[in-house]
Amino acid sequence: MANETIGKTITVAVLLCFVCSVLVSTAAVKLRPRQERNKALFTKTNILKAGGLLEEGKSIDALFENIEVKYVNLETGEYDDSVDPATYDAREAVTKPDLSRAIPAEDDIANIKRMVKTAEVYLVNKDGELETIIIPVYGKGLWSTMYAFLAIEKDGNTVKGYSFYDHGETPGLGGEIDNPVWQAKWEGKKLFNQEGALSITVLKGEVNKDRPEAIHQVDGLAGATLTNNGVRNLMHFWLGDNGFGKYLRKFRNQGVDNG
Amino acid sequence: MLEAYLSLFVKAIFVENMALAFFLGMCTFLAVSKKVDTALGLGIAVVVVQTITVPVNYLIYNYILKKGALAWAGLAGVDLSFVGLISYIGVIAAMVQILEMFLDKYVPKLYNALGVFLPLITVNCAILAGSLFMVERNFNFGESVVFGLGSGVGWALAIVALAGIREKLAFSDVPAGLRGLGITFITVGLMAMAFMSFSGIQL
Amino acid sequence: MAKVTEVLFEPIFKNNPIALQILGICSALAVTGKMDTVIAMSLALVFVNSLSNLSVSLIRKHVPTNIRIIVQMTIIASLVIIVDQALKAYAYDISRRLSVYVGLIITNCIVMGRAEAFAMKNGPVLSFFDGLGNALGYALILVSVGTFREILGTGKFLGYNILTPTTEGGWYVTNGLLVLPPSAFFLIGFFIWALRTWKKDQIEEDN
Repeated sequence: MANETIGKTITVAVLLCFVCSVLVSTAAVKLRPRQERNKALFTKTNILKAGGLLEEGKSIDALFENIEVKYVNLETGEYDDSVDPATYDAREAVTKPDLSRAIPAEDDIANIKRMVKTAEVYLVNKDGELETIIIPVYGKGLWSTMYAFLAIEKDGNTVKGYSFYDHGETPGLGGEIDNPVWQAKWEGKKLFNQEGALSITVLKGEVNKDRPEAIHQVDGLAGATLTNNGVRNLMHFWLGDNGFGKYLRKFRNQGVDNG
Repeated sequence: MLEAYLSLFVKAIFVENMALAFFLGMCTFLAVSKKVDTALGLGIAVVVVQTITVPVNYLIYNYILKKGALAWAGLAGVDLSFVGLISYIGVIAAMVQILEMFLDKYVPKLYNALGVFLPLITVNCAILAGSLFMVERNFNFGESVVFGLGSGVGWALAIVALAGIREKLAFSDVPAGLRGLGITFITVGLMAMAFMSFSGIQL
Repeated sequence: MAKVTEVLFEPIFKNNPIALQILGICSALAVTGKMDTVIAMSLALVFVNSLSNLSVSLIRKHVPTNIRIIVQMTIIASLVIIVDQALKAYAYDISRRLSVYVGLIITNCIVMGRAEAFAMKNGPVLSFFDGLGNALGYALILVSVGTFREILGTGKFLGYNILTPTTEGGWYVTNGLLVLPPSAFFLIGFFIWALRTWKKDQIEEDN
């Protein structure tokens, strides 16, 4: 049979499509469970990293057993137990009109446009007592949105750890936000001052350790002013009243709340 | 609203320039930039194809491939996003083909001017990347049109600029081993560094 | 056998796809900042290019000319999807950092070019080795650029400290330029210069 007939053309096209689709579908279906596991593991690893809970030689899943996932209604600052963790995905919810709201431009310092009404928090319990609160935060950096987990001690004020896990900042400059050395500088910093005002900030350059306000300040990354501003803005947004402000205030006012 | 589109447009041209910030479509970028005229022809072809394919792929992704996108057909649980790549490239190839036939029939002048560049566009990765970025960044339909146009214009601008430099470069005394491709690489590197300075612009 | 060695090694130095034929450059620049992405990308290309050449060559006698481009593209796209899915399943972190660049292998002109120019005219065994050779030629450039950029740019190699950078209490002041993607252009430019000084016949004539 000649190659150029219509019949042959269609036969070849159909056969090829069939073989390729079988191959592609098999690969996709067979590998999907693994991919989803990877995705979940990645998130868990970063939560643990922020909380300083990663341990060499222990499986992520085992370490994650000490962590309780709760959902917070950001408007009231109260827990919302009606959310099903198996189906709720905050990154997806933010695109849905009934689960999220638009942020008025004057409040939108983190430049994220929409936010979820209910956000997840990760509570680290030790011997039945709350030890650390880990919250997801994100905001615009220089190039794209930066995502991080922020771990706060049970007083609702002291930073325990910070872990940026997804960003597109300039490698070597702003991209250093995922450098563990810089992230360690956040440890022990206080978010709010004595009067309860949000005071945490990223400086341009180094912090003068002798000044009293040094406890609220973190060294800026060199050559990355806009990334530094982005980090400060996203902190101020998510720790402010539009974000987790009301939720965290409870911890500061009442001391430990077992939640 | 208009402001947001405008800022996306400017961003797609300068800040996130396909050629000089993401290094996409480099093969044709380096190969077809010896003369300003040809570079301009190719640039226009890219703008046209990009403006059409990004929104078309937007429709395909959001109404057929995305998880839950087939809800209108009663198949809410189906997630076909893994065949994304093959669909986008199919759409691009088909669009290029249709455009070629359309121009041949109705605008022969433009068709002759674009000539060999039209089929070349199918393998220009800036086009495929435009669709992939659209999916990755969750654009809406309006944004995908603006992004398609903007990224196409940005690419065209870059290739015309490079062609201008290379025309001048032809008169300079370049070391033998560096002549041609080598010096072009270094020129593009310098241009890319210059374009990095747009990154600080807040829109 | 001599023929196999020839098609396998020729593209690596003598007729390098990146340095001489200007093919497949896009990804060469964007992924060379770190060695692990370089290795993943090179392996992906080796896999796609050799298998696409092999399959195109196997069916070359049955492909009608008017649909041959789309046939090649379908084969390549299917292989790329398989690679993409496998990376997501077995090397999630790397696949996240490579983002769209894995998908862009489809439009990597090396793959299309070899399928069209070689596999359509030659037998399966030769085509397979031609694909392998060209992919290795590509990998060679990627690895050399990546080695420079990672060691001098971050002081590390595959994540291990070679030159301890000052930010971590060492002595090495990292070269910020090399972490940025444009530096890959300079490195490839110089690489071509070196190659052409060694193999003089590759020098381009004035025109």
